[in-house]
Amino acid sequence: MSALLVLDGLSVWLPSREGQVAVVDHIDLEVQPGEVVGVAGESGSGKTMTALALLGLLPPHAVTEGRAVFGDRDLLKINRRELRHLRGRDIGMVFQDPMTSLHPMLTIERQLTEHVRYHRGVSRAEARRDAITMLEEVRIPDPAGALNAYPHQFSGGMRQRIAIAIALACSPQLLIADEPTTAVDVTVQAGILRLFNRLRERSSLSIMFITHDLGVMASIADRLYIFYAGRVVESGPTGDLLTRPRHPYTRGLLDALPHPEGEPMPLRPIAGAPPAPAARPPGCPFHPRCPYMLASCAVDVPTLEPIGGGRRLACPVDPLREAS
Amino acid sequence: MPRRSVAGSIVSVLDVTDVVVEYRRPGRDPVRAVAGVSLSLDAARILGLVGETGCGKSSLARAAVGLVRPSAGSVRFNGELVTPLGRRTRPMRQTRLQMVFQDPFSSLNPRRKAGEQIADGLAISGKGSSGQRRVRVGDLLSQVGLPASAASRYPHEFSGGQRQRIAIARTLAAEPTVIVADEPLAALDASIKAQLANLMISLSRELGAGLLFISHDLAIVRHVADLVAVMYLGLVVEVAPTREMWAMPLHPYSEALIAAVPRLDRIRALPAALPGEVADPAHPPQGCRFHPRCPYVFDRCRIESPPLREVAPGRQVACWLQEQGRARALPRAQRPPA
Repeated sequence: MSALLVLDGLSVWLPSREGQVAVVDHIDLEVQPGEVVGVAGESGSGKTMTALALLGLLPPHAVTEGRAVFGDRDLLKINRRELRHLRGRDIGMVFQDPMTSLHPMLTIERQLTEHVRYHRGVSRAEARRDAITMLEEVRIPDPAGALNAYPHQFSGGMRQRIAIAIALACSPQLLIADEPTTAVDVTVQAGILRLFNRLRERSSLSIMFITHDLGVMASIADRLYIFYAGRVVESGPTGDLLTRPRHPYTRGLLDALPHPEGEPMPLRPIAGAPPAPAARPPGCPFHPRCPYMLASCAVDVPTLEPIGGGRRLACPVDPLREAS
Repeated sequence: MPRRSVAGSIVSVLDVTDVVVEYRRPGRDPVRAVAGVSLSLDAARILGLVGETGCGKSSLARAAVGLVRPSAGSVRFNGELVTPLGRRTRPMRQTRLQMVFQDPFSSLNPRRKAGEQIADGLAISGKGSSGQRRVRVGDLLSQVGLPASAASRYPHEFSGGQRQRIAIARTLAAEPTVIVADEPLAALDASIKAQLANLMISLSRELGAGLLFISHDLAIVRHVADLVAVMYLGLVVEVAPTREMWAMPLHPYSEALIAAVPRLDRIRALPAALPGEVADPAHPPQGCRFHPRCPYVFDRCRIESPPLREVAPGRQVACWLQEQGRARALPRAQRPPA
């Protein structure tokens, strides 16, 4: 099967006081049809900028390099008009805060039908019927009544589900979800994860799921990419990667997380903090915090190499090979 | 009344008794964010308070430190009534009741140096000369893991995690015996969150301060707290030692919250969803407030509100399924897939 989305050496530069800064640094990533791909990392690791680059939503002075091939088109090369046709129709998007995508002064009906009518040219009545079906799908009580309401009349969790309904209204092939459950309660989060899973199984929707929460990744993602300081440090099938992490950063992150299962263990934080994009160290970006660092780590930037089992690793030392 | 330990001595440092926090809204029904909550916090212990958005946990926190006046009930700090904060001052004795807020970006003054803001706590309690205070600020910074040089820098020069450390250092300047922390780790990244969680645990142990740790993140509460209180729609529905709650939740809502946490050891297993929505706190359901979403609901739940009572040593629950002296595991009914 050919991939739905292929990122090939994607880089994004943003201007800063220190000159051009690569906030996304040579990312290779693939999304297959019907696959949920997790992009995990801490703030400033470049995961959101990667998503915005695909959607043509980068800040005006950003510079991109590499390719982002969706179907047969490079998202970084197509013009604004083509992009507008893709966005909302073939690629849906959901952000952390639903109020960034919901207009506070328009009814839910308007927001849930406008793009459907634009992209698919259906009648108002038909778009309205579809909208009710979508709201049922995301479990909004009284969908017909909800159409006449405004965003402020819903709770945060319901708003996020409405934003998801809008993103999915045109049956896109790819959904880019940037921290879609970070601002909602765990009970609502569980409902959203179940919704994503249903859609993936039923309509082979592909999802690029961006989050800092590895527990969420464990429950929904088929494959994971671990981002650190603008680069992918490790990737592979979720279960294998989380049970046998090979990169010292992934291992550190797993040790720092409170595990909801088993006996509570003391949390072991990673020393230091992730570097700011303008202050990234030379060599491996993780070396100043890495307990296994060699002299060469401060000089050579490790490339992401296959290590078997569908996994890739950007660490020449691979100190966790024995442990795994 | 302050709770007494087995030996008969008073051990609780903060007592919240039947507190009600009500917000009046012009032209609309008042919202009872906290509808009668009693909790007590012991010295050197960490009490986790969990619940979903809108359950009233932040309102309770604000009432606990005197930032809002309870509409009914009382808050006692070391046995003395906490007076709602006036425009400028509060009794000196109560400066040892302190709060840490969620967002260190808004709780620190961007135009003043970190050291000055930490020294405020010292100046208010009138301790030492300015030179002595400077030394003490350095000590406090090292206690929270920052270099003494941080004192002469401004908040914007720090990351979110460092800023929260400064906010904690400022709190510690007042030598608190009770710290109320409202979502202190919510805005932080995973690796930083672990550092600060460990810091808060060790500070509570070393200083002997009671810590009321409010969070919506159950996994972190499980690691930090000795005891957990679960709130739903303005009421505490269960209080239990953390391990026991996790092993055997007695309230259906606690059970649902724990089941909704995604687990790292269950690959491609979806967490359980809790059907339904939280009711409008201005119009809570009759009877048990959780009954419209409860998988075990029966007739009595729709009519009578269950009181919070002790059903086993150290375990309080507000549920008609549980009886005094006969606490039992919930039947784990089949939930409809959501």
